[in-house]
Amino acid sequence: MATANISNENIAHDVHGHDDDHHHGNFITTYIFSTDHKMIAKQYLLTGILWAFVGGLLSIIFRLQLGFPGMSLEFLRPLLGDWISSSGSLDPEFYLALVTMHGTIMVFFVLTAGLSGTFSNYLIPLQIGARDMASGFMNMLSYWLFFLASIIMFISLFLETGPAAGGWVVYPPLSALPQAIQGSQAGMTLWLVAMVFFIASQLLGGINYITTVINLRTSGMSFSKLPLTIWAFFLTAVIGLLSFPVLMAASLLLVFDRSFGTSFYLSEIYIGGEALPNVGGSPILYQHLFWFLGHPEVYIVLLPALGITSEVVATNSRKPIFGYRAMVGSMLGITILSFVVWAHHMFVSGLNPFLGSIFMFLTLIIAVPSAVKVFNYLTTLWKGNIVFTPAMLFSIGLVSVFISGGLTGIFLGNSAIDIQLHDTYFVVAHFHLVMGSASFFGLMAGVYHWFPKMYGRMMDRHLGYVHFWLTFVGIYLVFFPMHYIGIAGFPRRYYSFTTFDILDTFADLNMFISVAAILTFSAQAIFAYNFFYSMYRGRLAPANPWKSNTLEWTTSRYPGHGNWPGEIPKVYRWPYDYSKPGAKEDYIPQHIPFSATPESNLPHENEMIAEEKAAAKVDTTSNEAKA
Amino acid sequence: MFELLIGIGVVLVVAIILTILRILRLVNVARGVEKKSPDSSSANKVNALLFLLFLLISGAATTWYSVSRFDEYQLPIASEHGIITDRLFWITMIVTGVVFIITQILLFYFSYKYQFKTSRKALYYPDNSKLEVVWTVIPAIVLSILVFSGWKAWSDITNAAPDDAEVVEVMGYQFGWEFRYPGKDNELGNHDFRLIDPVNMWGMDFTDRSSFDDFSSGTKLVIPKGKPVLFKIRARDVLHSVFIPEFRLKQDAVPGMPTRFWFTPNKTTAEMREELGNPDFNYYIYCTEVCGRGHFSMRKMVEVVEADEYEQWYAEQQPFLQKNPDYLAKVPSNMKELAVVSAGMDSEVEEN
Repeated sequence: MATANISNENIAHDVHGHDDDHHHGNFITTYIFSTDHKMIAKQYLLTGILWAFVGGLLSIIFRLQLGFPGMSLEFLRPLLGDWISSSGSLDPEFYLALVTMHGTIMVFFVLTAGLSGTFSNYLIPLQIGARDMASGFMNMLSYWLFFLASIIMFISLFLETGPAAGGWVVYPPLSALPQAIQGSQAGMTLWLVAMVFFIASQLLGGINYITTVINLRTSGMSFSKLPLTIWAFFLTAVIGLLSFPVLMAASLLLVFDRSFGTSFYLSEIYIGGEALPNVGGSPILYQHLFWFLGHPEVYIVLLPALGITSEVVATNSRKPIFGYRAMVGSMLGITILSFVVWAHHMFVSGLNPFLGSIFMFLTLIIAVPSAVKVFNYLTTLWKGNIVFTPAMLFSIGLVSVFISGGLTGIFLGNSAIDIQLHDTYFVVAHFHLVMGSASFFGLMAGVYHWFPKMYGRMMDRHLGYVHFWLTFVGIYLVFFPMHYIGIAGFPRRYYSFTTFDILDTFADLNMFISVAAILTFSAQAIFAYNFFYSMYRGRLAPANPWKSNTLEWTTSRYPGHGNWPGEIPKVYRWPYDYSKPGAKEDYIPQHIPFSATPESNLPHENEMIAEEKAAAKVDTTSNEAKA
Repeated sequence: MFELLIGIGVVLVVAIILTILRILRLVNVARGVEKKSPDSSSANKVNALLFLLFLLISGAATTWYSVSRFDEYQLPIASEHGIITDRLFWITMIVTGVVFIITQILLFYFSYKYQFKTSRKALYYPDNSKLEVVWTVIPAIVLSILVFSGWKAWSDITNAAPDDAEVVEVMGYQFGWEFRYPGKDNELGNHDFRLIDPVNMWGMDFTDRSSFDDFSSGTKLVIPKGKPVLFKIRARDVLHSVFIPEFRLKQDAVPGMPTRFWFTPNKTTAEMREELGNPDFNYYIYCTEVCGRGHFSMRKMVEVVEADEYEQWYAEQQPFLQKNPDYLAKVPSNMKELAVVSAGMDSEVEEN
C-alpha cells in the first residue's frame, strides 16, 4: 500500500454506504433506544443543543434585568407569567432561579453531557478501532438517564414556587430549608432528583468509556499511539468516575437534611420566627463535598475541549501536535491535581487558614500543565500551513479564551487576592472564559470537524465563519468587561446594582454587556440553521474531508453499525504524521504501515520494520518446525 | 416600545446576515467556488487577516478603556492590609499581563503569518525536550514566587488579632446585618440561637454576666481609624458573607460556625469623602453569599471615625438591658444586681 493511494483508500468505503450496517432495526431501535454509540452520540448532541438554547435564553432574560434596570419586562409575561410583577419588573427570586438554572444547565447538561457525552461516545470506538462501546446497553441507559434528568430539571421551571434558586452550587442551609426561600421548596427537590439521575448517567457512561479504551483498542493501538482526543476522554471519564459519587453523596445527605430531620449540614438556625432543632452539622461540610466534584468538573468540561482542539489544530496546521508526550503528561497532571485544589473556592468560607495556604499552593501549581498546553499549541501553529476551517477557527478561539481565562485564575488561586475578588464579577468573567467559553468553543470545533462523519454531509463553511466571528468577538465583549466591574467589587448574583452608588457607576458597561450577550446569543441562530439545514441538504461529504490521520476517517462516508464493513484497520503509527519530510502527501493515516512509506521513515521506524520482519521470520520458522 | 425595537432590531440583523450569506453562497455555487477545497479559497486569507485585525483592535480598545477608566474600577483602599493585597494584585497583573500580551500576539500573529499556501509545506517538528523543560520550569518558578508572596500576605491577614483589637460581633440574617459590641468589659456575652426573639435578635444569653453591658449600634456600624478591629461573624439562618470592598474584607457568615476577620481601618469616612470629592460617600457592608430574594439589597452603613471620637461614641451607647429592661427577668436572681450595675440601669430601677 503506497502513500500515493492514501486518499483513494480513505474514500474507497464510500461505495458501501450503509452496506456495513449489519444491525437493521426498526425506527425505535435505530433512532430512539439505539445501542449504537454513534446514534447515542447524536442524541447527546441534539439534547445538548436544545439545552444550550434554553440555558442561553435564561441568561438573556436575566441580562435584560441587569443591563436595563427599571425597564419594563412586561413583554416577557407570556413566557414568565407572574414572575413578572405588576410593576413590569422581574421578580428578584426568579432572577436567582434563572441564574441557578442557567448555571446548572450549562455546566452539567450542555458542557458535560453535550460535549463529553457526544464526542466520547462518537469518537472513542471510531478512533481506537472498536465496533462499539464495551456495553451498548449501558451506553443507551446512560443517555436515557441523562434525558430523564434533563426533563425533571425542565419541569421545575413550571412549578408554582419556581425552580431551585440558591445558585448552581445549592449551598445549604439555603437549599436545605424549604422555608428559606420559594426556590428551596419543590424546585430544589427536583434539582436534587435530577442531579442523582444525571450522576448515575455519568457514572454509567464513564465506566463504559474507560472499559472501552482499555479493552477494545484495535491491533497496534497502544496507549502511546492514542489520539489526544481519546486521552482526554479517557482521563475525563476517570475524573468523573472518582468525583461524581462524592456529589451524589452530598446530594443524598442534603435530601436527608431536607426531608428526614438529619443535621449533616444544619446547626443553630433561627428562621421564620422559629429556632430549628438541628445542631452539630456544618454547611462547610457540604461545600467540601460539592467542590470535590465542582472543581474537577471544570476539567470534566475542559479536557474534552482541549483534546478536540489538539486534534483539530494538528490536522489544520498540517503539523504534528507539538510535544505529544508533554500534552499527555499535562493532562495527567491536570487530572491528578484537579482532585486536590477544591478548597480554593472556600478561602473565605471559614476554612482553616493553614488549609488555605496548602490549597493556594496546589491551585497555582495546576497552572503549570495548563501553561505547557498553551505553549505547545502555539508551537504547533508555528511554521504550520494553516487551513482555516470553522473548526480550526473555534480551536484558535479556544486557545485565546483559555489563555485569557486561565491567567485570571492565578489571581483567584492566590488566597490573599481572592479575599477581594471572591464572589465578584471577576470570578464570573474568569470561569465563563476559561471553562464556559473554552469548552463551548471545543464543542463547536468538534461539531464542525466531525459533522461530515456524523451526518455524511458538509456544513456550510461560510456560515461557520460568520458564526465563529460573531461568537468570538461577542464572547470577549460579554466577558472581558466583567473583569473591570469585578475589580471594582461588583458582587455576583445581584438582582440589581442600583442599591449601591459605587456599583451604579458601571450602569453603561452593564448595558453594553447585556447588548453584547443578546447579539452573541442571536448569532447562534446561524449555527442552528447551518446544522439542521446541512444535516439534510448539505453537500455530500468525502470520507476524509480534512485529510486527517485518525481511524474514524477510514470508515465509509456515513459509517453504519459496527463501524467498518470488513476487518478493523490495524494501527502502525501515531496519529500526527503530518507534513513528514519525504512523504508524498502531507498526511499519513495511522493504518498505513511504515513499510509502505520508506521514503519518509525515520531511523527508528525503519528499525521497527526490521524488528517486525525478524519477528515474523522467527514465527514462520517455529511454525514450520512444529509442522 | 424600546424592548420591542430591540427585539425587532436583533431579528432584522440576524435575517440580514442570513440573507447575505445565502446570496454569497448562491453566487459561489454559480461561480463553482464551492467545489474547491477550503484551503484554496480567499476565505483563508480573510480569516487570517481578521485574526490580525482582532488582535490590533481589541488590544487598542482594551488599552484605551483600561487607562481612561482606571480611577473608576480601581477602588480606594481604606485598610492597612488592603495596601498589601492590592500590591499583590497589581504585581500579579503585571506578570500575567505580560504573558497574556505575548501569548495572544503569538497566537494571532502565527495564525496570520502561517496561513495556508500551496507552495509551502509545514515544518515537521514533533517535539523539543529542552524547549518544553524551559517553559515548564519558568512558569513554575514565577508561580512559586507568587505563591510565596501570597502565602506571606495571607498568613499575616489571617493570624490572630492583636489583644487590644476592638471587638464587634457581626450577625447576618435574611436580609440585614446587626452588630453587637462587648460594652465596657470588652467581652461579648454568650449567645444561643434558641434565645432569639424579635427584640433579642442575637439570642443574647443573660445568664452570662458578660452580656449585661453588651450593646447594639443600631442603624450603622461604627469603628475607629488606626486601631485593629476584630469582626466576630455569624449568621442565624442561611449563609451570608461580609464584604466591605474598600477594606478588602470578605468573610462568610455561617450558621453554627462563627468566623472572624481582623483589620485596621486607615481612613475615616470624612477623609474618604474628601479624597473622593464625594460628600455623600459612605462605607457599606454588602452580602456576597446568595441568601434569597433580598440578597442584593442587604446592606448596612459603616462609619469610620477618629479613635477619640470613637471612644466618646462608645461611652454614650446604652446597653441592651438598659434599653430593654424587660429582659432583666431573664437574668438569674443572684446576678440581677450585677446586671443592673453593669447595664447602668440604677436610676431606672430606682424609678421603678
